Amino acid sequence: MLGDALAYLFDADNWSGPAGIGTFAIQQLLLTITALAAAMLLGLPLALWAGHRHRYGFLAINVSNVGRAVPVFAVLLVLSLGPVGSETFGPYGRAGLATLISLVLFALPPLITNAHVGITEVDRDIVEASRGMGMSEGKVFSSVELPLAMPVIMTGVRLALVQVWATATIAALVAGPGLGRIITRGFANQSTSVVVAGALLVAIGALVLEGLMVLAERYADPMRRARSARGNGPTTVRPDELLPDAVV
Amino acid sequence: MTLSADAAPSVAQCYVDNSWICGQYWSDYRPELTDATIEHLWITVVSVLVGLAIAVPLALIARRNPTIESIVVGSTTIIYTIPSLALFSLLLPFTGLSPTTVIIGLALYSLTILVRNVLAGLRAVPADVVESARGVGYSNTRLLTRVELPLALPVIMAGLRVATVSTVALATIGAIVSYGGLGNLLLQAVGNQFKAQIFAASVLCILLAVALDLVLVVAQRLLTPWTRHAR
Repeated sequence: MLGDALAYLFDADNWSGPAGIGTFAIQQLLLTITALAAAMLLGLPLALWAGHRHRYGFLAINVSNVGRAVPVFAVLLVLSLGPVGSETFGPYGRAGLATLISLVLFALPPLITNAHVGITEVDRDIVEASRGMGMSEGKVFSSVELPLAMPVIMTGVRLALVQVWATATIAALVAGPGLGRIITRGFANQSTSVVVAGALLVAIGALVLEGLMVLAERYADPMRRARSARGNGPTTVRPDELLPDAVV
Repeated sequence: MTLSADAAPSVAQCYVDNSWICGQYWSDYRPELTDATIEHLWITVVSVLVGLAIAVPLALIARRNPTIESIVVGSTTIIYTIPSLALFSLLLPFTGLSPTTVIIGLALYSLTILVRNVLAGLRAVPADVVESARGVGYSNTRLLTRVELPLALPVIMAGLRVATVSTVALATIGAIVSYGGLGNLLLQAVGNQFKAQIFAASVLCILLAVALDLVLVVAQRLLTPWTRHAR
């Protein structure tokens, strides 16, 4: 079974053409990058500002609770049959716009919650001390709160990325774009090896993205050098680490 | 059901218009909606219970040894990264088009949340409480069942709520192997663009999540009466 799946993946013919793996892989990557960027532009500034002012905490936490209860599949269906429609949307493929909108919607909760929690949980004594030293509000935010909150914010970005990748896979259930189409094609043709081949691609893609983000997180943590200078070394697993609001 | 052409207006207007909200659909399709909701409910409950039954012993083993803990937490996180559509599909060669495929997948996802919360809950038990229990002669088993687990319960229940609510939403994807509960109705509606069915199944799905969450909140209140005043 696994052999057949690998044979399918290593056959160049299956990668080319408008319904080949190549097209779907590019669609999925494009969707993922666009949606994550849009969600970060939309969600991060607001959440960081609200966190800095210590406001709207209730909202920032509960957006995640709501996101958890709403099935992605249902949202995709409602959008693609409703006002947005399922027309081909540029390089994003069939039902591209509906998919993009649901991707952004489901990327927002982890981004907002983590950015807000990250900023509000910065030690208030440190913030007060920097105000006492005469730092302006902007300086307090950019030089004190943001660097200290960076690990938590980056965790939110990673969770959002994994979430977006997973949601882009579900788009196949509404005949939308993305690698999930290989899986649904396998089901339609009753070919388990094609189903497994598609599932392998999606799963490996998710794991690679997750791994890249873990590296990026380490790199983006401004306290990294300070911490390793003290000899603590990189922590392996943070058990209190926040999880995605829902796998999709 | 008559065959005369005059009887045509008996078809509800909302079917003709394919509207999202269609009262006639809810009554015409009551058996289908009920069956799907029941399937959704039992798949969710079984999955979360299986997840819990594995998570508790796993957490108990993991908390004794930091190496095992990082292996357990790390490997469950990797599973959590895999999209559900792919996970169900990867299980397909082993368990086929059966509820087992969906339940294994969903149990693995809830396991990830539950292991973390059981670990966090047990860790939050104050050390002096454990010491005093030992001092008055509690055995390890009694310590666990009478002191540690009850004190960890609020955190465990919080994890159970998160796991349950997300399992309800995720179960819809089980439709890919024909056992998605309300998700089956959604997938069916992709082909015929039946908006009333999509709306009904979506609403029921969200209501089911909210209802199960409420059940767990009430259960937690009953199980941990001492936390009520602390809040």
